[in-house]
Amino acid sequence: MFNTDKYKHRAFIIKIVLCIIVAIFIIRLFQLQIIEDYSGQASRNAFYNKVIYSPRGLIYDRNGKLLVYNQPTYDLLVTMSEIPGPKSSQPPIDTLELCNLLNITKEQFDARIASVKDRKKNPGYSPLTPQRFITQMSPEDYAIVQEKLRNFPGFSIQSRTLRNYNYAYASHVLGSIGEVSRSVLETDSTYRMGDYIGVSGLEKQYEKQLRGTNGAEILLRDAFGRIKGSYQDGAFDVTPVPGEDLITTLDIELQKIAEDLLQGKIGSVVAIEPKTGEILALASSPTWDPTHLVGRERSKYYPLLQSDKTKPLLNRAIQGKYSPGSTFKTIQALVCLEMGGITENTMFPCNGPGSSPIKCTHHHGSPVSIENAIEQSCNPFFWQAFRATLEKNGYGKNNETFKARYTEWRERVFSFGLGYKFSDSDVIGMIDGSIYSENSYSKIYGKRGWKALTIRSNAIGQGEVEVTPIQLANVAAAIANSGYYITPHLNKNDTMLNHRHQVAVQEKYFPIVQRGMWRVCEYGTGRHYKVPDIPMCGKTGTTDNSHGRPHSIFFGYAPADNPQIAIAVIIENAGFGSTWACPIATLCIEQYLKGKIERQDLYNRIKTSVLNPNVKKF
Amino acid sequence: MSKSFNVLSAVDKPTIFIYLTLVIFGLMNIYGASYSEEQTSLFDLSYRSGKQILWIGISFVAAFCILFSSKSLYSAVAYWLYGFIILVLILTLFVATDIKGSRSWISLGGFSIQPAEFSKFITALALAKFMDDTQFKLLTPKNFAIVATLIILPMFIIVMQKETGSALVYLSFMFMLYREGLPGIFPSIFVGAVILFVVVIRYSGDLFLGVDGASLGLIIGLSIVLIVALILCRSLSKDYKFLPLILLGSVVALIGLAFVLHFFVFPLNFVYVFSGINALLALFVAVIAFIKWRKKYLYITVFVLLTSMFCFSVGYLFNNVLQHHQQMRIMVLLGMADDPSGISYNTNQAKIAIGSGGFRGKGFLEGTQTKLKYVPEQDTDFIFCTVGEEWGFMGSVFVLGFYLAFLLRLVYLAEKAESRFVRIYGYSVIGIFAFHLFINVGMVLGLAPVIGIPLPFFSYGGSSFLSFTILLMIFLKLDTVRKERVSSFL
Repeated sequence: MFNTDKYKHRAFIIKIVLCIIVAIFIIRLFQLQIIEDYSGQASRNAFYNKVIYSPRGLIYDRNGKLLVYNQPTYDLLVTMSEIPGPKSSQPPIDTLELCNLLNITKEQFDARIASVKDRKKNPGYSPLTPQRFITQMSPEDYAIVQEKLRNFPGFSIQSRTLRNYNYAYASHVLGSIGEVSRSVLETDSTYRMGDYIGVSGLEKQYEKQLRGTNGAEILLRDAFGRIKGSYQDGAFDVTPVPGEDLITTLDIELQKIAEDLLQGKIGSVVAIEPKTGEILALASSPTWDPTHLVGRERSKYYPLLQSDKTKPLLNRAIQGKYSPGSTFKTIQALVCLEMGGITENTMFPCNGPGSSPIKCTHHHGSPVSIENAIEQSCNPFFWQAFRATLEKNGYGKNNETFKARYTEWRERVFSFGLGYKFSDSDVIGMIDGSIYSENSYSKIYGKRGWKALTIRSNAIGQGEVEVTPIQLANVAAAIANSGYYITPHLNKNDTMLNHRHQVAVQEKYFPIVQRGMWRVCEYGTGRHYKVPDIPMCGKTGTTDNSHGRPHSIFFGYAPADNPQIAIAVIIENAGFGSTWACPIATLCIEQYLKGKIERQDLYNRIKTSVLNPNVKKF
Repeated sequence: MSKSFNVLSAVDKPTIFIYLTLVIFGLMNIYGASYSEEQTSLFDLSYRSGKQILWIGISFVAAFCILFSSKSLYSAVAYWLYGFIILVLILTLFVATDIKGSRSWISLGGFSIQPAEFSKFITALALAKFMDDTQFKLLTPKNFAIVATLIILPMFIIVMQKETGSALVYLSFMFMLYREGLPGIFPSIFVGAVILFVVVIRYSGDLFLGVDGASLGLIIGLSIVLIVALILCRSLSKDYKFLPLILLGSVVALIGLAFVLHFFVFPLNFVYVFSGINALLALFVAVIAFIKWRKKYLYITVFVLLTSMFCFSVGYLFNNVLQHHQQMRIMVLLGMADDPSGISYNTNQAKIAIGSGGFRGKGFLEGTQTKLKYVPEQDTDFIFCTVGEEWGFMGSVFVLGFYLAFLLRLVYLAEKAESRFVRIYGYSVIGIFAFHLFINVGMVLGLAPVIGIPLPFFSYGGSSFLSFTILLMIFLKLDTVRKERVSSFL
């Protein structure tokens, strides 16, 4: 009991405060509802916010060629409550005439109405607001429908834009736009049901920049929802802010040649400008015409692309994982030099096909130097160099010394941009490459159960070494730059020059390997497809795999003395690196450096060769 | 204690009557607000009124459970529940999916609940338990710190969940604390701060005498401080009979001098003039305080310094702490900005909808403004629009009258409470309901900023309805203890 409650009077004050606030509300209500006459305003003046879609930014290639632009399209909207019903004073609409106009059957019409009203399919449904009835009518259909529209109360038209393309290339890179998903709608209130959003490629990566800001037109409607005109002559309308344009690093002519050369084959081409890390071409085959994933075509083609067994939606240039094979010998030589396993003057014997534990697939003299070993792609040389490097300080207690050497070797190899995907790139969808870690091997073979001999395949880029084509092209750029690379990227923007990564191999070792790669193109496996007048450096690769014939690989850069383009080409199950990947790479280099292809016979032969009959262009 | 004691006969009938009336009328308005011609049945679960009926059913079950529960339960579990809900609130921060920027909803097998709704009554219980002692003194530093922590902790986490509206509800515990002996100075400080904030922001865009940087808002704020300080200085007359008058004269003279300088010598920034005068006054009073050794005078100095600094920091707070949409809401409310397609769209439409109701309203389901979805959130935060449009002035006054009766009845019951625990819980309940009512209706009527909190028993929303019912029913259960005792005496 609290007789000592000295604050009892405050209950009274609280009651007074409650009464005063309610009294203020009642006075305000009196003012709003009785003194000021809003009744007229309510029947006349109700705002209706009409969205004006901002035009999406355009996409250009590095030379200012327009790749992606907008074309108008029209949606037919229906407002269910405005369709005259049986009790209405207006005559009912002639459904059959409308069906003829829209070129659909009565059944399709009814089905469409039913799905508009189905809240499960259309969660934002209200009979009082316009709903999309038919989307993406062509300008021709629009003209026909527009003329007769006033006979069909409840139906209206909204114009929007769709993407269109000047070139039927670069579909993987450019990506596409689609209707915004429910999960995005729930998290980002700047999107509305039915808005478009970038769903893949550059359209997705640069969504914010390309999208712009939608505007609004404030219209007045009467109590029946009819639009009566603009509010205060549009004084409060919001002008849409168009999306910003995007200039990509792609050279569309090079991209076109690359994709044409890949016809009938499964594979990819990645070309990079070594000085800047700008991606000049990023081609993956099979591919499709980008216009097929726009508008109503999308629903037809997307399932086809999804179900095709050659997996065209996979962007092999960044999502394909391959053993680099002999191309890896260049990195191997550099890392072995850096770690002191070999020197510039080291010579190793080669017994040709009789070598053990790895055979040599080429015939050449013995012993061989680094440069000759690269030129001749001598397997025994690189096995011995690899072993000399790892075993330089012996195995140590519990093989710890050896394992530490292996880890160092792996980290230096990763410093070329191998292993993990580029974390600071604007290319989306990349996957990691891989080289097994010390722990992985210890798990497989036991802590002391593995030696250099166990992992000998790594010496020649087979076994547990895997890279993506974009990583391989980046290695070519790093070698061309004699020891650094700029993260490969697609937005032509100088700020990316800050993303410079130093390779963990000193600059002085690069000329040795560069000379070897030059010899490959002059005298070695790449000599048949030299580009006239352009000295280049490169390396072929032929990698065994479990899916059939070996993959054909080539990587390199040109010109040898002033590198302008670094390139990697991988053709799946095509055979020798020198037969397919090498000519494709040199043709691309020719196109980029000379602006045209002089070796037309070679070009036509490669382009028309079908190595995999299942590949089709969609 | 008599075994035949019947809790249903003991529960306060007038409150239950008002509660049920509000629930039924609220439901009619949700039906009205989300009504469309295709909805044939009130009970159709795919429509909002149908879903609300389901929630009302669940809430009634909860109400019965509470009424038949043990009376000592709530005091016993108060701290445990408090600890539990704090954990859940923190957990929510991490597991909740982001819904339009807010991370406050947890989904449990198809149902989504908002733990912040339930932390209100639990905080009330914890406060009641802590302060439940006739000897309890609120103003000892330790007690005050614990009470403040109990309130601020959940508030802080809810702010982190980006539910500023729900967090502000915790300010309503001020009602209860005032009743329990919080000095009147605290609410006064609060009201004073709001006034200074509004004045400084409202006129921050205008320049005094056209001098660069001389924000009119800041100058008015500083002069209000000066005037209040001069009034406080009257107490100096105890020691020096004419000092207050001399001070007043000097201040007027200084201001006059500043004007003369401004117009005849060089333009002056009056922000500096008033800051200077305030600083001089504070210093002068401080000197007097030390000469005469009177602590009371020192309070004047502290007051002048703190409030002047507050005036200066308001601009910073407004521009740097509040988010853009919150700034806009305040600017629209103060008439500084108009934005018919954005924030003032809501309030304008709300005013038009209510105004169009006139004296008698358009009748049930006849409202056109709300029907055509011109008013956003018409069945949640803006439900009062439907009341105003369809039931007119009569209906709105009826609803407000019922709410007032409801609150006054709760005050009556709280005052009759036999333990401090019940009274404190009761006043917390009153505060929470009053805050929701005043902010929600104030917002719809354009008298308070747009803060998204529901109108109790009216707004659509399961979590909030359930939590309001629990909040009320626990109080009614605790209230029955009083009659139980009486009946056992009989």
